[in-house]
Amino acid sequence: MNLESHELEELKSKIGREPTSTELQIVAAEWSEHCSYKSSKKHLKMLPMDGPLVIKEKGYDSGVLDVGDGYVITAHIESHNHPSAVEPYGGAATGVGGVIRDILSAGTRPIALLDGLRFGDIEKDQHAKWLFKNAVTGIADYGNCLGIPTVGGEVEFDECYTNYAMVDVAAIGFGKKENLIKNHAKKGDLVVLLGGATGRDGIGGSQFASDSLESEDRSAVQIPDPFIEKLIIEAILEARNEKLIHAMKDLGGGGLSCAVSETADSLDIGIEMDVDKVHTRESDMHSDEIMISESQERMLIVTDSEKLIKLQDICKKFRIDCSVIGHVTFDNKMHVKKSGKTIANISTDIVANATLLDLPSKKPIYLENIENTKSFPLLSDYSEIMLILLASPNIASKIWVYGQYDHEVGIRTVVKPGYDASVLRLDNGKFLSIKIDGNPKQCYINPREGAIGCFEEACRNVVCTGAKPIGMLDHLQFGNPKDPEIFWTFLESLKGLTDFAKDFEIPCIGGKVSLYNETPKGSIKPTPVIGVLGLIDKTPLRIQKINSGDCLIMIGNTKDELGGSEYSEYIHKFIGGKCPVVDFSDSKKNMNAVLEIIKTELIKSAHDCSKGGLAVAVSELCMTNLIGCTVSLENVPGDKLDNDKILFSESHSRYLVTFEKKNLQNLEELLKKHNVSFKTIGEFGGESIQFTADSKPILDLSVDKAQKTWLNSLKEMVMHA
Amino acid sequence: MNVGVVVFPGSNCDRDMFHVLSDVFNLNVHYCWHAKPLPENLDAVVLPGGFSYGDRLRAGVIAAHSPIIQDIKKISEKGIPILGVCNGFQILVESGLLPGVLLKNDSLNFMCEWTNLTVENNKTPFTNQFELNQKIPIPIANGEGRYFVDDETLDQLERKNQIVFKYDQVVNGSSNQIAGVCNDDGNIVGMMPHPERAVESEINPHDNKPSSLIFESLLKKMDVNN
Repeated sequence: MNLESHELEELKSKIGREPTSTELQIVAAEWSEHCSYKSSKKHLKMLPMDGPLVIKEKGYDSGVLDVGDGYVITAHIESHNHPSAVEPYGGAATGVGGVIRDILSAGTRPIALLDGLRFGDIEKDQHAKWLFKNAVTGIADYGNCLGIPTVGGEVEFDECYTNYAMVDVAAIGFGKKENLIKNHAKKGDLVVLLGGATGRDGIGGSQFASDSLESEDRSAVQIPDPFIEKLIIEAILEARNEKLIHAMKDLGGGGLSCAVSETADSLDIGIEMDVDKVHTRESDMHSDEIMISESQERMLIVTDSEKLIKLQDICKKFRIDCSVIGHVTFDNKMHVKKSGKTIANISTDIVANATLLDLPSKKPIYLENIENTKSFPLLSDYSEIMLILLASPNIASKIWVYGQYDHEVGIRTVVKPGYDASVLRLDNGKFLSIKIDGNPKQCYINPREGAIGCFEEACRNVVCTGAKPIGMLDHLQFGNPKDPEIFWTFLESLKGLTDFAKDFEIPCIGGKVSLYNETPKGSIKPTPVIGVLGLIDKTPLRIQKINSGDCLIMIGNTKDELGGSEYSEYIHKFIGGKCPVVDFSDSKKNMNAVLEIIKTELIKSAHDCSKGGLAVAVSELCMTNLIGCTVSLENVPGDKLDNDKILFSESHSRYLVTFEKKNLQNLEELLKKHNVSFKTIGEFGGESIQFTADSKPILDLSVDKAQKTWLNSLKEMVMHA
Repeated sequence: MNVGVVVFPGSNCDRDMFHVLSDVFNLNVHYCWHAKPLPENLDAVVLPGGFSYGDRLRAGVIAAHSPIIQDIKKISEKGIPILGVCNGFQILVESGLLPGVLLKNDSLNFMCEWTNLTVENNKTPFTNQFELNQKIPIPIANGEGRYFVDDETLDQLERKNQIVFKYDQVVNGSSNQIAGVCNDDGNIVGMMPHPERAVESEINPHDNKPSSLIFESLLKKMDVNN
């Protein structure tokens, strides 16, 4: 892949001469969509990025939040879609490795991972099954080896990902504020490349990721080595403790070209380097290959000659390689030499700052009538449909996935995977709650409302643990941005997220844009994935076991919103209908009410109502507590609706709260004070999940049978061809 | 009382174990880097979990050839309590300090879940505070955790009371559901589950007291010795 012809002309006019071949490679890597964000950068500025807890430093690849008492949290999200679609094991594993090094670059220890995985229909498609199975193993093998717990995530299957894979990884770091690396450099400082050897893997990876996936370019996929990554983490944290690091950046997309030019640009310096000094895996690598290789497990460090000796001692202890590849200059140029001869000499701001684009956008035609509703035949008994839904790949328990991830290592995991959001304890007595959510089915039907829905759902999950949202990570994944209709969906999603973030005062602390996610059949559905971080000052909600006689309150209105629901798409194979819309005012009221009742310790658990609607949310409570429940549909808050809509609509801002009956009055008073829409809708007991309408049973399913189906379904799909 | 936590390249439960020994049980804990000689003043040694050398070749096999293993062998002969957890157990088995081998789980997958153990031997330095057959809710997290011995060795282990912990149901296909064993003298104990992940109520959804007895047993043992 090379520069487009107009970009080549632009480069020539900027440098006033013909570029050398190395310069061309460097610029092509750095000006790729993946590294430069040229299509999206102008628009991303609309997101609010400041807040009382946000700490900003130059040159960081991760967001930083002050969590008090001298401690900080760092967070970042990345994807590795293209590589994972070609080689799911290595693609997913190196996706984990890359985002971990972003956390490390700030000088913080990575303490948790979350993954969002999306594939085609694994029930029909053997290839999707292969991709899924191997991506999970890749993540497990990498994260487990490093001893960084994978504490949460989501898995979804949709035909739009046929022959493709979406692998999103979010990483969280923790450390002392005083240990954050304050990136700086002075003339004469040394530039050091530390870690794995540079090889011929991942050549041109960032350009590969900036185009539609047409060829299976395996050499563009990086090879994972978690053992070296683990050694790098420990070596760098030791070097950080001894204050040996002036500036640091991980090598990711664009390899050395990107790390060197961006470090120099952000610090307002120049860097002169020699490719012969780079430790390589093979002896005959071309200098251009060295500059753009995306071999993993490498870090770029700026230090001085005195500190270098100590840094080399640490590297010796861990037996990792470390080469001085260059030094800091003050001419703001990236000067690359080989055997004493200049092979590239170009201003860093030219390399690091591609001309930003202002792409045209146009509302897609498919959206014209997509929200027209369709009625499905009403049934007198939904038990069978319920069982089908519980066994469906999107709703079935993901225990087969998270059971392969070490989610306990680090002894911070208070709320484990399988609940709404995961909770980690921090060293200052506070707790961090985290969740990532996506919903391409809703985002396809309404890109704006769908994206807001993902954001609100992640907030709801975090709120259910007793945490107040303090920061957001956005990962915007779309098809080819040069298609104005696709670009319109990108802009709509972004505008929706911006409105919600501003209204709820939740700053965006980091994110990523991944474009050109296309399959031979066309673009993927718009797939924004939103991560929300919440902070708990005192104690998180300790989920207690539900007993017979306990009651169930529902907070939030159920609306006629079956669009993008599992019921509509999985049961009736219908794509369309009214997309759930978040009412900002209700959303805020409900969140505050739930946070307050958690504080009062009047409740046993709070559960978010989302995929599969009320019917699935109630079933989940029954199946995880092995107890029955009877719910009367006429008590469900909201307008009078058909039974299937009450059961399966995926309206937002809804919560299920369980509690001992004796607390009913106190709870009601509190909820009334908050002026939220709520009602007691059921009572626990017996051995079956029951829903009644006008006192007649319309759904009756044995908890035992439901639980077995729900727990085993995904494993059976994967293991049996 | 001084306890050493041995650190190999790739160990990743060393910090967790350090925290539990020092912050929960108030011991003097020292990290012991594998390439340096073992300090001489230690009253007990723990080999923590993780992926020493990235589990290359076979879990624990490379670390078992580290120089520090010779030091561990020497002090073990003096009867000093030694505990290997997860990868630490794998290393003790690979170095010949404990019998048997650890194979891939029969699911062929890495498994992270909470299980229940029963105490089969309450005479070791890590189990002297338990009742026989007492249950311990505790998490496992391993890919190569299936303990295997041939029938002859199994007979011997049973006769010499070397089976320390068993799973209370079939978890990964281990011989006789064995989760932990000790050497002939009883001072070296290896176990696949992670007691350091289960002693604090904040992160233990079940009951943290049984796992705590593993460390309280050590305190008791060292108390008696002093």
